[in-house]
Amino acid sequence: MVQRLIVWMAALLLSGAMAQGEIEIFSWWAGDEGPALEALIELYEAQHADTDVINATVTGGSGVNARAVLKTRMLGGDPPDSFQVHAGQELIGTWVAANRMEDLTGLFEEEGFMDVFPSTLIEQISTEDGIWSVPVNIHRSNVLWFVPGNLDAWGVTVPADWSEFIDVTCPALQMQDVTPLVLGENWTHNHLWESVALAELGVEAYNGLWDGTVAFTDPEAVAVWETFGAILDCANDDAAGLSWQQATDRVVGGEAAFNVMGDWAAGYMVTTLNLDPGEGFGWAASPGTDGVFMWLSDSFGLPVGAPNRDGAVDWLRLVGSQPGQDAFNTLKGSISPRLDSDLSLYNAYLQSAAADWSENELVGSLAHGTVAKETFMSEFATVMEIFLSTGSADAAANAAQAIANQTGLGQ
Amino acid sequence: MRSNDRLVAFLMLLPSLVLLAIFVYGFIGRTAWVSLSNWGSDPTQALALDPQIAFAGLANYRKLFTGIIDVRFRQDLVNTFFFTLFFLVGTLGLGLGLAILLDQKVRMEGLFRTIFLFPFALAFIVTGTVWRWMLQPQGGVNVLPELVGLPPLEFRWLTTRQQIWQFDWNSVPAFLAGAAAVTLAFMAWRAWRRGTRVRAGVQAAWTVGLGGWAVAGTPGVTLLPYPEMHGFNVAFVGIVIAAVWQMSGYTMALYLAGLRGVPEELREAARVDGASEFGVYRHVVLPLLGPITLSAMIILGHISLKIFDLIWAMAGSDNATTDVPALLMYLRSFRANAFAEGAAIAMVLLIMVATVIVPYLRSSLRGEVRR
Repeated sequence: MVQRLIVWMAALLLSGAMAQGEIEIFSWWAGDEGPALEALIELYEAQHADTDVINATVTGGSGVNARAVLKTRMLGGDPPDSFQVHAGQELIGTWVAANRMEDLTGLFEEEGFMDVFPSTLIEQISTEDGIWSVPVNIHRSNVLWFVPGNLDAWGVTVPADWSEFIDVTCPALQMQDVTPLVLGENWTHNHLWESVALAELGVEAYNGLWDGTVAFTDPEAVAVWETFGAILDCANDDAAGLSWQQATDRVVGGEAAFNVMGDWAAGYMVTTLNLDPGEGFGWAASPGTDGVFMWLSDSFGLPVGAPNRDGAVDWLRLVGSQPGQDAFNTLKGSISPRLDSDLSLYNAYLQSAAADWSENELVGSLAHGTVAKETFMSEFATVMEIFLSTGSADAAANAAQAIANQTGLGQ
Repeated sequence: MRSNDRLVAFLMLLPSLVLLAIFVYGFIGRTAWVSLSNWGSDPTQALALDPQIAFAGLANYRKLFTGIIDVRFRQDLVNTFFFTLFFLVGTLGLGLGLAILLDQKVRMEGLFRTIFLFPFALAFIVTGTVWRWMLQPQGGVNVLPELVGLPPLEFRWLTTRQQIWQFDWNSVPAFLAGAAAVTLAFMAWRAWRRGTRVRAGVQAAWTVGLGGWAVAGTPGVTLLPYPEMHGFNVAFVGIVIAAVWQMSGYTMALYLAGLRGVPEELREAARVDGASEFGVYRHVVLPLLGPITLSAMIILGHISLKIFDLIWAMAGSDNATTDVPALLMYLRSFRANAFAEGAAIAMVLLIMVATVIVPYLRSSLRGEVRR
């Protein structure tokens, strides 16, 4: 009764809003990422002079706070017209499962998105019942960052796989009092873990973890934790106190040799630190993952009951279009998921990432919501905590399998 | 006329009664119901527009206290226990010390009082941010020794993973039974001295029973089929410091009011009887401050049980070594969509706070009626 009343009141309020031609876009892009969103909004307003865009942002990296606010709004029956969400299972496991999203297959066909987005990408943002969001950007998770000049001075090369890193690179660097690998706060551990898992398991078994065909307690999957532990022995011991930017700073400053981070690190080094891609910093696929592109993507979807549905559909049209994506991504420091974007607008790192995007095998990221539902992802932090406090690969693997069962991973 | 007055009074109170009934007790009831449901275990219902949730009994509570993954919740309870202990000891000790110092008729007492009380005026989120900066590994407190030519400290205040005083979670029932046995033994002894023999006998019997059960290793109760170690996370030291810094001024103000309430005649009488200045405090002033200490403990105790913002600001929400139940409640509900489990954590917190507050409210209400 109360709920119905709230819904009714919200509907009344929002019908008033619709009359004035407004569209509310909900996202977590503030600060450094704000200008990229602003560019999209300007394009939209140029096309729709009679519509005001309400830019509703809730700050907090990776949407940690925005997602909580969105949930209370959606539960109260007050959805924004379109909201930012990590493409893939983070959207599907939470909002599609709850029947709160509209299928966008029609829009994809109408706008020709089917032909310009890679088919693996479309597969990973769809279920049997439809396609659920329009990806606006692509970031790569499995990137190893370093400073080429520093590596020469220390006499090390980029390791081809983790066993080379652990046996050769790490001791050589530790002898010279250089941190071989720098890590930051908790989520960067999950971020490193997915790259290690991909390297140790290979594409097929890595994907198997998420569709339920490979168990976390499988000997191969347990071995991932052992490798991960050996890598942590080569990492800094003050990780929990560092943001990812501070971790990147240590590589740039020459205190540490390598860092595994998503390619927003390139944006940070180019824009904030004014370094030249290729000279000021170098990059490679994280050890053992050459030829595989682990992606994550921000996307926009259409919630059921969007107050200004037509306006929202137009927004999605723009978000997926080539001009929209090139305006957004050149400022955001990411690449466009479209295979036909104008590469001359992008910097050297992004051009190389775009080339890999069109040629490499694509797998989704765990830490950034592509391959596993939110419930699993959130509990995976506890698994990591169990591993960090006990150091036991078996305990971590058992805990991971327990939450996979509990959350129905892969179903 | 009289009944008319009553009607007016009732009508005046009615709006706040209705608001309280809905927004406090109604919502507590709703949370209690959610904590007994399965809301969140089925993703198709977790965030549906009109979620269909079903009764699940005590499943969420059982999971919290015995599930593999919920080791984090159990460590959070241990964290809360140690945090509350050190926070209370630190705040009461420092507050009382400051109050006694200010009670020595110092010059510019008002100025000092304001200075000491000032941190209390800050929000926990501000205190947390300031102290996070001060406790950075390469700055703040750690470089203080350099001012006098000593090497800087290396301690990782908020991020150390060091854990001391470890114990097995399975021995918690034994600890609880042991603590209850000791309390009952004390009560039995008091009852014996007062001469209520029957009551003393009953209490003594309970003491023996509980004590024996604890010593025998609590047969009949197995929480976990495997040992699970918990202990005091040293990373909490920094958080305790910040919390004590914030709240000890307030405790000082409470004690100062109490000290001013001690009649000068009593002190004079003690001095005439030959008591030293220390003796005056030991035998006259401190016993009279008992009720103040109790009030302060209640107020500080419930603050420490529900602490959230200070830790959020100092260590972030994801730093599991400095986690507390209130933070986990938020993470479970709004990140993992496990609303029922979040509600169960909320109810555990409510019960903990209630065990602190309700006896106090009862005794103070009784006191008022007597007056």
